[in-house]
Amino acid sequence: MPSVTYISAAGNETAVAGFAGDSVMETAVRNGVPGIVAECGGSLSCATCHVFVCADSVFDPMQELEDDMLDGTAVDREANSRLSCQLKLRDADIRVTTPETQV
Amino acid sequence: MRIGTLIIGACQAGVQLASSLRELGDTEPIVLVGEEPHAPYQRPPLSKAFLKGEATADSLTFRTHEFYAEHSIELVTRERIVTIERDASGGVATAESGRRFEFARLALTTGAIPRQIPFDGSELEGVSYLRTATDAALLEQRLASATDLVVVGGGFIGLEVAAGARAAGKTVTVLEAAPRLVGRAVSEATSAFYLAAHRRRGTRVVLNAQVSRFLGQHDRVTGVELASGDVIKADVVLIGVGVIARTELAEQLDLTVDNGIVVDASALCSDGLTVAAGDCANTPNPTPNSSSTPGGIARLRLESVQNAVEQAKVAAATLLGLPAEYSTVPWFWSDQADLKLQIAGLSGGHDQIVLRGDPETEKFSVLYYRAGQLIAADCVNRPLDFIAVRAMLHSGQHLPADRAVDLSLPLKKLALPAPLPVLIGK
Repeated sequence: MPSVTYISAAGNETAVAGFAGDSVMETAVRNGVPGIVAECGGSLSCATCHVFVCADSVFDPMQELEDDMLDGTAVDREANSRLSCQLKLRDADIRVTTPETQV
Repeated sequence: MRIGTLIIGACQAGVQLASSLRELGDTEPIVLVGEEPHAPYQRPPLSKAFLKGEATADSLTFRTHEFYAEHSIELVTRERIVTIERDASGGVATAESGRRFEFARLALTTGAIPRQIPFDGSELEGVSYLRTATDAALLEQRLASATDLVVVGGGFIGLEVAAGARAAGKTVTVLEAAPRLVGRAVSEATSAFYLAAHRRRGTRVVLNAQVSRFLGQHDRVTGVELASGDVIKADVVLIGVGVIARTELAEQLDLTVDNGIVVDASALCSDGLTVAAGDCANTPNPTPNSSSTPGGIARLRLESVQNAVEQAKVAAATLLGLPAEYSTVPWFWSDQADLKLQIAGLSGGHDQIVLRGDPETEKFSVLYYRAGQLIAADCVNRPLDFIAVRAMLHSGQHLPADRAVDLSLPLKKLALPAPLPVLIGK
């Protein structure tokens, strides 16, 4: 089972066990990890599951709609910004940082 | 044994309320009780991914069982609360099974049930409603072997199911009693677009349709008869004509009920003790500055994920005696085929409409103004417009109507700073 580490804007780390195929967003919400809101439940409608992906963690490239939605996040996007509902876990452990706010 | 909070309704609002109580430092017992067999799950996908076989009640659960255990939240499923009594110090709720739940604090997140229409033939096999995962599983099973789906009601749920069934190759007819689709939620312009878009995809849509009865053979539905005498062939009928708030427990407690359980901005009911949140609650309009603009909506019952979540957070704080006020820009979404509709704000009371983009392209937004101020937008396949409008409604930025039509620039570049009085107030 891949381990997912969520690092808050303040630097607190929460590590949870994930399942390959689940998204980084789902894994956070099911375990009550703060910092990811995900109002729309992963349908690319709300831009409230914004994360910054750490350099050693690799995901599939983003589609156009995710790219568009990232222009509307509460904290401005950076080069490593993704919407965590679109990040599917594989076998590798991954690390992401959550922004100060999502709404 | 210590007695703590009882939350009735194991749904999106109920889970959020329980989680928020713990986040706010509450260490008293929390019991979250619901009548469904499943742990609380997301409902929006039931009319979308679930019917495509891409989701199940398990895959849609909000929280793991470990989460409930670690946070000392006792989740009780398959228990339907039927009677309830309370005074200022607490009370007791009793389930149909006879099981009793004592509480010191009480929250109602009882949700809503589909509005039923008592047509002749409603009892026929194949006539369906959609609210729960159990409903969705039954509908999915019925659709699998069906060729002809008739949807009664041209609202979001009905149109989402219609679009999915059409994409799967079914013959689909939508019957809407009003002169336009989604009349409760969007303007004429957006309604007209959805009518054309569904027809383009091969769905038959009948407006001003008066259903007179459901026809059947061997106890199975075979068709829908209209007042005009037309009969539309059907092996599955989905009735999606809105919901009714579940207020029966609130009524037992003598709480004020008026299209939902009436709450104040802190989610408190009329007894000053009980809180309510989500689809069941009738709340003051939470839109920032809404009371300062004349002609707006004073109170309403919101049926949305965001409302369930945000109002539940307020209700949790209120139960703990912390100050909290429900303030947010309401938003909604509906996915129909490849059409992503996102609505920001409440358009009720608008006096001007601005079209941004061409509906023929299936990428456009309808912007609603009242007294020159932007109050809402319906955005079809234009997520950036949606995000920009939601941000403007939060911040009070101004978007002049004549600038909003300019497609050469993103909406957020067209906004002007908030008008002076708002700046002084900050």
